Amino acid sequence: MRTRRSILKSATAALALTLGGTISAKADDALSVVATFSILGDMVAEVGGEHVSVTTLVGPDGDAHVYQPTPADARAVNEADVLFVNGLEFEGWIDRLVEASGFNGTPVVATAGIDAIAFEEGDDHDDHHGEDHAEHDDDDHDHDDHAEHKDDDHAGHDHDDHAEHKDEDHAGHDHDDHAEHEDEDHAGHDHHGHNHGAFDPHAWQSLENGVIYATNIAEALAAADPDNAAAYQANAEAFTAEMKALDSEIVALMDALPAEARTVVTSHDAFGYFAAHYGLTFEAPQGLSTEAEASAADVAEMITQIREEGISAVFVETITDNRLLEQIANETGAVIGGTLYSDALSGADGPAGTYLDMMRHNAMTLARALGS
Amino acid sequence: MIWDLVFEPFAEFGFMRRALLGCVAISLGATPAGVFLMLRRMSLTGDAMAHAILPGAAVGYLVAGLSLGAMTIGGLVAGMAVALLSGLVTRFTALREDASLAAFYLISLALGVLIVSTRGSNVDLMHVLFGTVLALDDAALILLCSIASLSVVLLAILFRPLVLECADPQFLRSVSRLSAVTHFTFLALVVLNLVGGFHALGTLMAVGIMILPAAAARFWVASIGGLILTAIAVAMLSSVVGLLLSYHFSLPSGPAIILMAGVAYGVSLVCGPAGGLIAQAFPRRHLEA
Repeated sequence: MRTRRSILKSATAALALTLGGTISAKADDALSVVATFSILGDMVAEVGGEHVSVTTLVGPDGDAHVYQPTPADARAVNEADVLFVNGLEFEGWIDRLVEASGFNGTPVVATAGIDAIAFEEGDDHDDHHGEDHAEHDDDDHDHDDHAEHKDDDHAGHDHDDHAEHKDEDHAGHDHDDHAEHEDEDHAGHDHHGHNHGAFDPHAWQSLENGVIYATNIAEALAAADPDNAAAYQANAEAFTAEMKALDSEIVALMDALPAEARTVVTSHDAFGYFAAHYGLTFEAPQGLSTEAEASAADVAEMITQIREEGISAVFVETITDNRLLEQIANETGAVIGGTLYSDALSGADGPAGTYLDMMRHNAMTLARALGS
Repeated sequence: MIWDLVFEPFAEFGFMRRALLGCVAISLGATPAGVFLMLRRMSLTGDAMAHAILPGAAVGYLVAGLSLGAMTIGGLVAGMAVALLSGLVTRFTALREDASLAAFYLISLALGVLIVSTRGSNVDLMHVLFGTVLALDDAALILLCSIASLSVVLLAILFRPLVLECADPQFLRSVSRLSAVTHFTFLALVVLNLVGGFHALGTLMAVGIMILPAAAARFWVASIGGLILTAIAVAMLSSVVGLLLSYHFSLPSGPAIILMAGVAYGVSLVCGPAGGLIAQAFPRRHLEA
């Protein structure tokens, strides 16, 4: 059985090599892993290290919301030992692809265990934010426990981070910001009419969730390849330490911003988790999906809002038509703050080649525009 | 009340004024071309040409990103190539013009979709193809107005031979060697207007503003001058009403404008005095002495 499968695998690998496409060459002993989009792919590569070869279906700068899978993707999924998906209905096309490819495993949902932020009508939104924060704290605790029992050195650090965190973030500014947030949600009813599920899928936009991604990935890799379980664990811990360091860096950066300069306009509303975790408010003129066409009413509402609230920065993103934003910026005198990366990494030589670089780049760009 | 409904959106928001100016420019440039397309029974040619532009715009986008210039030039080159090639095939082979045009535009369309799809991110381009009349910047407005001016001047120069070719192409061919020149200049004009239109409404919508007002005008007047003026009026009215609907009822602007032109066509179809349904069902009695 085992041998027949490996023969089959090397045959398909040879086929893939000759045909090219998205499948990368892999060493014989490496675990073949598929991730649906570039950010998740980077995390998996980070945790898997040299023991896995990662294939990413939606590459850098691609939009996973409306991706059309190719036959090469189906072959990559079919050949995969482990398939990582973001979940929360981010990749609407993945179920059909899995079925069509004949992949006989269960996709690993990287967001498992995350407090998903619900897309609801304005009122539910309020309640949810309250709940979210309560749950958030619980979750942090769970996580500390995890960390402690894996590695004692980290425990002290973690506690520091989190203590800081709770004081500054949850007790202080956050509440004000959320009051603001609710009001604005009522004003700009952009959230309706997109085709997501019930929850905001862009969970990676908070490094706190990034830690959960890493844990889930390490567990799944260890289950699929028990021989290297220790290596995956170690990688995940190193990665987690990096994420936590960056997280407190960003928290400090955001806390330094004046309370009245914390509302940002972007063309693609994918920063719900970033907003909740770091205490900013993001507004979008186009609603949540990149598919919907903006109406004159949406744009007028946005302009009125920018004028009334004195919003100073407008951000252009990687994957939506930014001419509309430039128009709004022209008309209101708001500054175009730079490029934020939301759903995809930039190319390897761009400013957001990895998950950590992306988070750092976004935070720096935001701080620079809002601080000026 | 009326101020709030009709004028306030334009008074308060610059993007609404820009959208309106863009639509007025397209109405002036594209609609007269649409009238001649209709008179020459080439209404579907406009549609074919709009598809033919796709690969050029896509290549322009791949080379220079969302650049107005590159996509305009790309679209023009692709559109002209299809127009010329199908014209040449018609002249030198046994194939008729409709078939050769269909062949070339289908090839062009397939090529366009192929080029669009090979890029990882196709969303940008889809936005471009479906247009954003709300996002017209200065460069796009200048381009639209220049195209409108150029096409008004060219139509004025070509007016007589074009009318002749609509009425009696055989006659024009027998008395003048300019028949072919007229034909190709006219096709170039159509391509030019479609390329301009796709910046504002998207390639497919641009055909709508070209053809629908012309078809609606046909039910009201018979003279060519009257047709052109009525069509322009219908196009402008549809633009204003479409934009206002988009503003008040939060509808996407491009489709709202075209649908308004569609409503104008529907009303004309039923009520128009020149061959409308009601006029045909109840013919007026002949005046008798």
